[in-house]
Amino acid sequence: MERQDDFEQRRKHLKDLTEKQLEERFWELCSQLMDPIVDMASKHTSPSIERSVLLRMGFSSIESKAIVEKAIDKNLIQHGAGHLVYKLAQSKGMEIREAGLKLAENELWEETSSLFQGGAK
Amino acid sequence: MDKLKKNEKINVPEILKDLENYRPRRRNWVWRKGQGEKRQIGKFEFYDTSENLEQYEALPGGHYFNNIAPQPTSTITTEIASGRFEDDIRRMRMAAWHGADHLMVIRTAGQSHMDGLIEGTPQGIGGVPISRKQLRAQRKALDLIEDEVGRPINYHSYVSGVAGPEIAVLFAEEGVNGAHQDPQYNVLYRNINMVRSFVDAAVAKKVMAWAGIAQIDGAHNANATARDAWKVMPELMVQHGLNSMFSVKVGMKKEDICLSTVPPTAPPAPCMRLDLPYAVALREVFSEYKMRAQQNTKYMGSSTREATVTHTLNLLISKMTRAEIQSTITPDEGRNVPWHIYNIEGTDTANQAFAGMDGLTEMLEIKRDKGELADKVRELKERAVLYLEEMLEAGGYFNAVEQGFFVDSGYYPERNDDAIVRHIDGGIGVGTVYDRADDYMAPVTAHFGYNNLAQYGPEAEKDPSSLIGGGTFEKPEKIVFIDELDEVDNVYTRMEETKDFREKNIVKPEMEWLGDGVVQTTMFLPTDERTAYYAAIEVGKKMGLEEVEVIHTEVLQAAEGTRVEIKGKFQHTIDLDKLVVPPAPEVMTFEELCAAVKAKPMKIVAATVGQDEHSVGLREVIDIKHGGIEKFGIEVHYLGTSCPIEKLVDAAIELNADGILASTIISHDDVHYKNMKKIHDYAVEKGVREKLILCAGGTQVTPDIARENGVDQGFGRGSNGTQVATFLVKNREERGL
Repeated sequence: MERQDDFEQRRKHLKDLTEKQLEERFWELCSQLMDPIVDMASKHTSPSIERSVLLRMGFSSIESKAIVEKAIDKNLIQHGAGHLVYKLAQSKGMEIREAGLKLAENELWEETSSLFQGGAK
Repeated sequence: MDKLKKNEKINVPEILKDLENYRPRRRNWVWRKGQGEKRQIGKFEFYDTSENLEQYEALPGGHYFNNIAPQPTSTITTEIASGRFEDDIRRMRMAAWHGADHLMVIRTAGQSHMDGLIEGTPQGIGGVPISRKQLRAQRKALDLIEDEVGRPINYHSYVSGVAGPEIAVLFAEEGVNGAHQDPQYNVLYRNINMVRSFVDAAVAKKVMAWAGIAQIDGAHNANATARDAWKVMPELMVQHGLNSMFSVKVGMKKEDICLSTVPPTAPPAPCMRLDLPYAVALREVFSEYKMRAQQNTKYMGSSTREATVTHTLNLLISKMTRAEIQSTITPDEGRNVPWHIYNIEGTDTANQAFAGMDGLTEMLEIKRDKGELADKVRELKERAVLYLEEMLEAGGYFNAVEQGFFVDSGYYPERNDDAIVRHIDGGIGVGTVYDRADDYMAPVTAHFGYNNLAQYGPEAEKDPSSLIGGGTFEKPEKIVFIDELDEVDNVYTRMEETKDFREKNIVKPEMEWLGDGVVQTTMFLPTDERTAYYAAIEVGKKMGLEEVEVIHTEVLQAAEGTRVEIKGKFQHTIDLDKLVVPPAPEVMTFEELCAAVKAKPMKIVAATVGQDEHSVGLREVIDIKHGGIEKFGIEVHYLGTSCPIEKLVDAAIELNADGILASTIISHDDVHYKNMKKIHDYAVEKGVREKLILCAGGTQVTPDIARENGVDQGFGRGSNGTQVATFLVKNREERGL
């Protein structure tokens, strides 16, 4: 878009505000713009987020990558990759690391899937 | 590892040992201490300093002032990333000794587009591949270095790109204390999908907040990208505002959020008139946030002198407003991946300027409430508010990006239709964001967003990682350390190639990597710029340099000549076993000197000779209050400056002096050595040479050459009264005078 500087026109509703009020308005607008994005972020996940969970659970970057790739393939990512590992470990009586490594090696995915009722939301 | 010793190199191979078991001491950022109190340092009271370092290298002029190194209140940043982290470790130590306490590591080209972490230690391009091993080795080295200099060092890199959350976790685990994090940077400059960027950023920021990692945003890039950088000021405030607000909303503390702020212009633009109101407006709107100031880099060329002036003007703004973190752009950034020497220059520039401006705001203040600055500050705030209002009207942030709001070169609300436009369904990583299901769960600490822990009980809700017996944040022993993945491209093979420079007693010039052989040469060629450019390359080749490149040219006058700077690779090594190093000047103790003079009194005449008005150096050597030779009881007759040779020698004869001290600072056309020869010749002519001890000193004096020119001893840069007195006493004794 091309537009001349129409600042004088646009500022009419601001010209009587104090600078403090301008600053408050600035922050209020920033807040309004970011609220829906924070909300969106809260409700979504990504491969990197899921790998970051697995890293925190004690898996290497390589293991985390393998687990997340397969979780996406199996349409199970929406439950949380760490959740898949956790629930599998619980169900099989395995250590967390042992369960995760099985998934990284492309094993036990059917069992995992059944724990989440086939991946339904 | 053992403590570092000042006169021993840091042992990089030792740093690399047993990394698997190394744990960082802390995660969080640490600010300097001791601001807000006056501090006596050397002979001066300083108003605006922080705690002194225990060990340091002073500024070049420091020796005039008892070698003091006042530390500014701001944290001082230097960016170090040559592509070889093992060599950067040595540079980090040098920078820390010069007062840098925020060491920023740039990532290798392309890392922001890697969907995952890098492991091992491959060599980087324009930066270092950030990996667990690289971070751990550098953090381990910095832990040793911070003990050595006596101040915590903040280690910093980047949490951006498509692996942000993982990198944030890695940084929290490895004790990285500061990080760039700004999803807008990914969107605008890295073309990463905007939804993915913000979704990732929320988790990354939450992890950073947990670890107390200080965040620096990416707004300054708009400045570096827009066609007319000074016109993006309203947008810069908007970008800072959006990232700050987003960060706060996901849980980051305001005091851990730093704005990356750059003055929008540089000379020869009338930059202070544009940049200062902007700086004031920004600091007022963001009064609860920290400022990380950096000089303008958009209008930076290959002149290191010019970059240094721009840097200094930025420091003036920091001084007159505030900057909790002061970045130091290396003055060679416009021509090299920065070199060792320029990291030190940039750091020194900040320390020198801040020391020089200490207490300035006690005497000067900004005319805040009336006049041009006041009007501009208000106008900028209004323009920023209008910008945000129009974003909301456009349907929010994502729509505004799609409609080309950002990095347009118009002075908002002016628009020039040259913005960076990105689409919500475009960019790298598009389609890789997933809804979290109702039962979504992540059993870890510091996770952001919906997390259905309630399904696993109240204990899980309170402490998610209790489900797995603690994660890596609670139990770092759970971290999986990978050493190397590439058999060829790793630190061990690189260090094997440079082994001789560590193990044998040889040395080679170096700018960034051990043994790189790189040297820089400055010359003047009396010809036009283009001819000079090509002639300089030939000069470099004939000097024996390889890979000669011109790194800077500057016309002095179109026909009369050009300044040219070249770099090239020196092909030889210097064998230090065969090198003849003249012995350091011997000195007698205070008591020995006093006793010798008492036993046999000594009289000296002294002057600055020739047409030379300098006197400081000679007074230092003479005066009792500067630790000069008078202190030992030597009687000195000072004849002043611009003293004719004949007058000096005649005075020595008349006073029956034991010797002469002649100071010669001006060295143009070797006049300093010519004057030495004249003193000698005149003394011979008068028949007194055998009786007199002749000494000459000055910053450009080399002892060997001085003796060749007829005096008994020469005293160069750094000489002092004790050395001179020792020579006088010993020479009198040896000659039986």
